[in-house]
This record gives sequence, structure tokens and C-alpha cells, in this order.
Amino acid sequence: MKLDSKIPSGPVEKKWDNHRFNLKLVNPANKRKYTIIVVGTGLAGASAAASFGELGYNVLAFSYHESPRRAHSIAAQGGINAPKNYANDGDSIYRLFYDTVKGGDYRAREGNVYRLAQVSNSIIDQCVAQGVPFARDYAGYLDNRSFGGAQVSRTFYARGQTGQQLLLGAYSALCRQIDLGTVKFFPRREMLDVVLVDGQARGIVARNLVNGEIESYDAHAVVLATGGYANVFYLSTNAKASNATAIWRAYKKGAAFANPCYTQIHPTCIPQGGDYQSKLTLMSESLRNDGRIWVPKQKGDKRKPEEIPENERDYYLERLYPSFGNLVPRDVASRRAKEMCDKGFGVGPTSLAVYLDFGAAIKRLGKHVIEEKYGNLFDMYHEITAEDPYKTPMRIYPAVHYTMGGLWVDYNLMSSIPGMYVLGEANFSDHGANRLGASALMQGLADGYFIIPYTIGDYLATAKFPAVTSENPEFKAAKTELDGMVKRLMSINGKKSVEEFHRELGKIMWDNVGMARTKETLTRALQEIPKLREEFWQNVKVVGSANDLNADLERAGRVADFIELGELLARDALHREESCGGHFRVEHQTEDGEAKRNDENFSYVAAWEYAGLEKAPILNKEPLSFEDVKPSQRSYK
Amino acid sequence: MNVTLKVWRQKSKNEPGRFVSYAVRNVSPDASFLEMLDVLNVELVKKGEEPIAFDHDCREGICGSCGIVIDGRAHGPGRGAATCELRMRSFREGDTIVAEPWRAAPFPVIKDLIVDRTAMDRIMYAGGYVSAKTGGVPDGNAILIPKPVADEAMDAASCIGCGACVAACPNSSAMLFVGAKVSQLALLPQGKVEAKRRVERMVDQMDKEGFGNCSNNYACEAECPKEISVTHIARLNMEFLKTTVA
Amino acid sequence: MEKLIAFYNSSIGKKVTMSLTGLFLCTFLVEHLVGNMILFAGREAFDSYSEFMVANPIIRAVEYLLFASLLFHPLVGLLLWINNKRARPQKYDVYMLKENTPLASRITMLTGSLVFLFLVVHLRTFFIPLRFAEVKPSPYGLVVEAFSSAPYCAFYLVALVFLAYHLRHGFQSAFQTLGLRTKSYIGLLDAVAFIFWFIIPLGFAAMPIYFYFFQPATTAAATALGVH
Repeated sequence: MKLDSKIPSGPVEKKWDNHRFNLKLVNPANKRKYTIIVVGTGLAGASAAASFGELGYNVLAFSYHESPRRAHSIAAQGGINAPKNYANDGDSIYRLFYDTVKGGDYRAREGNVYRLAQVSNSIIDQCVAQGVPFARDYAGYLDNRSFGGAQVSRTFYARGQTGQQLLLGAYSALCRQIDLGTVKFFPRREMLDVVLVDGQARGIVARNLVNGEIESYDAHAVVLATGGYANVFYLSTNAKASNATAIWRAYKKGAAFANPCYTQIHPTCIPQGGDYQSKLTLMSESLRNDGRIWVPKQKGDKRKPEEIPENERDYYLERLYPSFGNLVPRDVASRRAKEMCDKGFGVGPTSLAVYLDFGAAIKRLGKHVIEEKYGNLFDMYHEITAEDPYKTPMRIYPAVHYTMGGLWVDYNLMSSIPGMYVLGEANFSDHGANRLGASALMQGLADGYFIIPYTIGDYLATAKFPAVTSENPEFKAAKTELDGMVKRLMSINGKKSVEEFHRELGKIMWDNVGMARTKETLTRALQEIPKLREEFWQNVKVVGSANDLNADLERAGRVADFIELGELLARDALHREESCGGHFRVEHQTEDGEAKRNDENFSYVAAWEYAGLEKAPILNKEPLSFEDVKPSQRSYK
Repeated sequence: MNVTLKVWRQKSKNEPGRFVSYAVRNVSPDASFLEMLDVLNVELVKKGEEPIAFDHDCREGICGSCGIVIDGRAHGPGRGAATCELRMRSFREGDTIVAEPWRAAPFPVIKDLIVDRTAMDRIMYAGGYVSAKTGGVPDGNAILIPKPVADEAMDAASCIGCGACVAACPNSSAMLFVGAKVSQLALLPQGKVEAKRRVERMVDQMDKEGFGNCSNNYACEAECPKEISVTHIARLNMEFLKTTVA
Repeated sequence: MEKLIAFYNSSIGKKVTMSLTGLFLCTFLVEHLVGNMILFAGREAFDSYSEFMVANPIIRAVEYLLFASLLFHPLVGLLLWINNKRARPQKYDVYMLKENTPLASRITMLTGSLVFLFLVVHLRTFFIPLRFAEVKPSPYGLVVEAFSSAPYCAFYLVALVFLAYHLRHGFQSAFQTLGLRTKSYIGLLDAVAFIFWFIIPLGFAAMPIYFYFFQPATTAAATALGVH
């Protein structure tokens, strides 16, 4: 496979402008003759579908939810970055670009990141115009806060519900287009395959989740905006339905999958309570501004935290990182917590947690100040754990939260399948090996509102489109294959539930491909996952009927894909003999235990190409070059 | 803890439903109500029975997917929380818990506890937006909005579209849902331009969908997981009146 | 006109009809109570007040509006009620509305129906003889006679309790429907509502109590009312 990133030449500030000018345009009168399929209607998908509709294209939008407003983008809390410099604190497009490349541990494309920083200002304007109620100050101006350790205040927010408000904004733009008839929305449809005709993406096959019908839809281009794959770990902060099926099936049809091993682990989540646990709940990392993290000095100390005297507590982050203390970046905080628990210092019923203590802060600032700052988070914690964090320290543990890897795309956001585009978390393009706080919302909307509407036109204006309808043999073949797969899943009638397989996969992934990966654990995972895959296809039990709503059957297909993806993730992690951002290999660390990159050998995007189920995937490399931001070692001492 | 779950089972829209009781054993009081259903469902699958279908997704009270009437209360006992935030410790050992779908003519049951809430989306299609096209908008700070106004708009905008207001209302009225959106956009300068057309069309669509009429008893506010105030319904009424009078 | 019809056809339009007719009836209640307070001034005062009211063309004109409201308010209410029942064809097995709403709001239809029944009797007792009898009786005399009967007084007092409950929901509801129950006015509205649902029915209740206990009437006149 030949990977052409199509990064325009020229200085980084000029790349996007020059590129936009060079893109071919579709005649306004001809736009309605082009049909674009958008799969997924979260931030990226809804904003893209709405923008296509406004341009005059004929859009078909699909979601497995009943409404676009349910997408998991809605759960983002903190905010969205834009270098407006409203705070007059020296922010600029270049600074956001610099922070993002550095934060991504020098594994992202400079050209893409600069463009992201460039268009992010327009996102704020767009959302304000839509009626998104961003926080305001008393003069009526937009309010900003600093977030995720950034040294400038560039984060715009709408209470703790920024993701919700931005999604509702994009949803409202989509509603308008649905009303105008430019977009047709198909709820409760799950894309199960992308259909290629003469090598071009020309449509999809989707299952109607209400009646089980496998339906075919043809188009001139297909846009996937189906989110990340963190649920490969079973327990993550992702929504229950979040899955990788769309991108995985596209991968199997020829789209390269880039950097699957870059997974972000968030340090401040509520720890697992028991075996029944279905997902993990994230608490804003702002908690670390006032909370102190500690474990008992004595292994297996089962005393109540209040009974452990000060001199028997180990405030390990403050000890290890005297200058950053509890505010070290996400990956560092997460890894250290795991290390403490692995050594036997963990607390709580499962011994898989560390304390986040507000005792000192409450004493220093008073309870009311803490209540004002974190009241809603404390309430949430109380509700879930039945423990009062004003009286006893919170227990926290890291959880998988976001996946930086995804389908490979070029500068136009087109995957290695011509005519198939990938947006938002589903692609790999902008965050490198680690995503900064308040950047996910930014990327999803940048892709959907301000990049894809331009780049897709170039393809539609220049590509040749032989007449295709959903009656073409390629569609029929895809449908037959999927009918067969559904039949097969329903007929195995084994002994284990889909849920159990998913949990087992999650355990293999977390134990071996989680926060601290070694050659040994990764090799083990690569042995265990194929075994699980075999067992799945022999011993899974899917009940109910294929002809009505069947959540068990839906999940069976998703878990089958997760098992395969897990294997690729482990393989990628094994091959990447370095530590960077969300990928930590125990063998590659500095003397102080920090991530140690190997720029000489691994400064590239690993784009995996499917070669068949039993065959090892082919590794393609897209070299990364850094002209503006020179790679350096991150240090938080 | 051990409880009995009396749950509505209905194969599809066109088939009649009925209550079925299940004994749920050894569930942790810290488990959520939905996790209790997960545990029960795994048991059912192993016995070869169909699991109970219910809508859910984020499980942190923001996506609005879940919605079950539990013991006669939309989203179950307690205030200001969605079904997914409900913990088993809210019940007592040995309780019989009754779980039913949202019941309203515009929300036909799809299966078991899942209803079709697309009627709410159709109301949104009819005008729940500001017609701002991508690009070509002024700088975010070009539109000043007093903080109290922005805050009140945010209160209204926090609606998660779960439909609990409809489920809790004795008349299956959707006025709180519609009121929240109309009020948010009527408060903000960006939404004022289209205010008249918006409220007319949204109310018209709401009526067409077959929701009942508001009788101002405020059960909606009491059961709203985001505790959205009925003063937004008042604003909707005022906006609607303005379209006819002014 | 088209606009008005469309308005009436909408759910909010019907509610506004309820609200306006309801509020009109509320203002009538105030006038009625104030007028009836003249009862305490004695027969002459009250009879001349009544005469004035009957003879006044403006009052007569408003009376049409009053009767229109008396018809429309329950009629539209009934329509809405039927419509609302249709919006939930399948009832809940368990429905804890009482956890979420005050009693007065849950029984508006019931209290409204009972108040309507009361009105029929009330008109039959006072309005019809005063307006249509060939020999017009003394209004004061009618009151004295009516309230000399214990069952009639009891019926009257019970009906006032229903009226109180009806107003307790209805008064604030009317303002909510008109969009006037906004954050800044809720406090004021609640205070005025208290006057309507508590003070006014109490004022009306004072009359049967006063006449029954302090002004025994002639039994002959009481039987003539035919309400026993």
C-alpha cells in the first residue's frame, strides 16, 4: 500500500490556505446530484452532514441511536480549546499548534495540527451563532479557563456539559437540514460494511436494528464518523454502545488502521466497585488542582484512611515530582497509580485504587470553597460510592478514556479507500500519541464543519463515477455475506454470553496491553486473543431472533470485531519499541521512569493493512518530519 | 441483596405486552439499576431466554437514552437523576420493583422497555435551531449576552431529551421538552430573529404528534433529571401568545 | 380570524381559553363576594343593591360574558381532558403522580365538575327566582331562607371547599398558561393566589354560617326553595 499524506508543501501557516485554493470545486447546480453517506452523527458526523446539506449535497446520515443527540460526544465535560487570545495571555494559533504537537509526544503531523489550531477559532464563532450557551462573564463576553495543565486560558465551556451543548448545536444544524430535506436521517441503523465498486467506496450496508433487515445504500462518497474503540478494554469511560465495527469492517475492506496502540488512560476515574460493573465514570481532572494523591506506606494497610496518621502516608506524586506534584500529565499520573497498586499499596475493597484527599484543601480553603468548585463532582462520587468525599478521601483509579489511533487518513481526511473519509475520533490524524484536554471536541468539529466540506468537493469534482445502484452485485454480495454472519452468530448456540466474552477480552487487554506494556505481556496477549476469538465463534450464545430488535445480536457482532481489533492493538504495541504518550513500554523508560521515545526508529505513523484473518497484517510506515516543533524529552520534575 | 423485578415484556410494537416477574439474587447495593438488569440479562441469555431490552448508553446521566418508569416514577425514586444513575441501594431487601416503559401515545413501544421517541426529534426538526449556516458568522464576542441570560439559557439547554417529562405527565404532554428549547433560543439574541416561526412550528408539530395538553401540575419538573424549571413552559406560552397577538 | 382559529386549535390556544375564562370567573368572584358582603348590612341595603345590579345595562351585558365563560370553561376543559386521556392509551401499572404533584392539581377535573354542579343548584336557588319568577322575591329573603337549612348550608360549605381546591390549582395555572408566571413574579403570584383560593372561599363561607347561626329564617320560605 502506498500512503500519500498529501500534506501541502510550503510554510506551515500557509499550507491550508494554499491547499484550499488548489482544491477543485463542484458546481453549485451539480451538488444535489451527489449523494454522500455519513455514518455516525456525533460531533464530527452531525457537523459534516449539516454542512454538506447546506452546500446542497444529497446527504444520507446514519446512526445506531434513535437520535443524533445521543452520541457519546455528549459526555465530554471540560471544554473546547481555541486560541482566541481573549484572555490577552499571549495565546496564538502557533502556540496551540506547538502545545498540541508537543502534547502528542511528537507523533502527529505538523500540517494537520496547524490546520486544527487555525480553524478552531471559527468553531467558537459557529457555535455561538447556533445558540450554544457558552459561559459568559458579567460584561457579557465569553469566559475562558485554563485546562489540562495549559498555561493559557483558551478553553471555552458550557458548565460541565460542553460536549452536550456542542453536540446539541451540531444536532440543531442537522435538524434544520433534515427539515429542509437535504439530509435524510436513518435512526437505529448500524453500518456493517462499506461497499466498494471498482475500488471506490460507493455505499454501505446497514442493519435496521428494529426489524433486523439488512439494507443497502449507494452514494458517491462515504464518510465515517463513528468514534473511538476504547471499549475494546470492556471497562472504559466510553458509552456502552460505542464500538469499532464501522471502522473495523472498513479496515477489512482495505482502509489502513493507524497507530492502534495509542490509547489514553485518564487518571481520575471512580474505581471499579465489583464484578457487576458495566462502565467507569470519569471525574474532571480539575480535581487534582486541590486534591492530594496518596497511598499508605505500609502494604495492604486496611485501616480507614482517616485512621492513618500523616507520617504513614506516601504522597508519591509529590515525592517523585516535587515541582509538578499532583498536577503531572494524565499519562504519568495514571501510570504511577497503577504502579503503586501493583506493588501492593492499593486501597479500597479491590486494592485497585489510590486516595485523592481533599482534607488539607478543606482545612486551608474551607468546605464552602471546595463545594463551590467541585460540588457536582463530589455529589456524583457520593451517589455512586455512597461515601462522602468531604469526610473521607475519594478513591480513584485510571480508566481508558480515548483512543488517539484510528483509520489512517490523508490531509483531505480520506482513508486509503478512495471516496471513504474518516472524521473525529475514528481517524488518527491530529493527536499523535497523546491527546490534550479540551481537544477532542475541537477536532471533531474542525473535521466536520471546516475541513471535510472543502476536501470532499475536490474528490467529487475530479473522480469518475460509473453508474452504481444498490442493486449492483457488490451490494448483493455484501448483504449475502452479512446475512450469513448473522445466521452464523445465531446458530452457534454455545455456553457463554456475549457479555462474558467482552469482559474476558477486556481483562486480557487491561492486564497485558494497558498502561504498562512489556514484550512479555504483549506476546501473551497475542496468544490469548486469537484463542478467545476461536472460542467466541464456537461457544458464544446469542438468543432471540434476527428479525427484530436484538441487543444481544448487535453486541455479538461488535464484540467479534473488538476481539480482532484487540489483536491488532497488541501487535502495534509490540512493534513500537519505544514509549510515547499513551503508549508506555516498560522496557523503554528513562532512569526516572518516564516515557522514552525512540525518534530515530519510530518517528512514523504505523498504518496497518489487512491481509486476511489468519495472516499477519502488513505494516506501512508514513514518516513524520518536524520542521517547526523540534522533538525533545518531556520532563515534569 | 435480593429483589423481585416485575417488568414489562413486549415483543414488538404490534404485539400485546405483559408483566413478567423475575427473582434477582445477590445483587450489590452499589450496583446501578441498569447493572442489575445486565446481571439478570446474562442469566436469561444462559437460560436461552431473550434478555430484557432497554435503551441505555452513556450511563452517566447525560445522553438521555435510558428511561424506565420504576415503581411509578419516571427514572425511579429520587430527584434529579436519570435511570442509569439510580443505585440498588435506593431499594430495600425483598422489594418488588415494577419497571415499565414510558407510556404515551406518541411513544410507541418498540420492544420491552424501549420506546420510539423520534416524535421529539420531529419537533426539533420543525424549528429547534438557529438557522446559522456554517461559516459566515460574526466573532463569538461580537454578540454580547448578559451573564444571567446566558445562565438561564444554559439551564434550559441542559435538557437531555429523555422524555421523562412526557412519561411523568398525567397528560403525556411534551411542553417541558418544547419549552426548554423555545425558551433557550428566545432568551438568546441569536434566536430572536426566528422566534415567531420557531414557536409556531414546534407547537404545531407537538400537537400533531399526539402529545397531551399541559395542565400545569408540574410533574415534569419534579421528574426531570436535569430539574428544568416550568418557568420555561411559561416562556413558551408567552412566545406562542405573541405570535397571535403581536 | 384565521389566525385566531388556528390559535384556538392549538393545545396552547385551548389552554389560553381556559385561562382567560377562568380568570374572568375569578374577577366575577371578587365582585360577587364584595356585593354579597352587603348582606351583612341588612335587608334593605342588599335588596337595593340587587335591584341596581339587575337594572344596570352594563352589568346585564357582562352577564352574557359570564355565562359564556361558565359554559366555555368547563366545555373546553372537558375537551382537553378527553384529549389528554387519549394521549396515554395504555395506563401505568404503578403511577406515583402523588409524589410529584400537589393534591389540588391532581383533582382539578373533579373539583371543577363538582363546582359546576354546585353552580347549577346555586343558580336554581337564587338566580332563577330572582330573574324569572313572576313575583320577584326579596333577594335578602331568599338568602335567609336558603341558609336556614342545615343540609343546604353543609352542601354550600362543601362546595366552597371544592372551589378552594379548584382555585388553588387554577389561579396560578391561568398565569402560567399566559406566560406570566415567570421567576420574578412567582412570589407575588403565590400571594395573590392565596387570596383567591383561601380568603375568597372563606368570605363566601361566612354567609351561610352567619345566617344559619344568627338569623333564623321562616321555615315556610325555606321549603319553598325545594332544595331539601
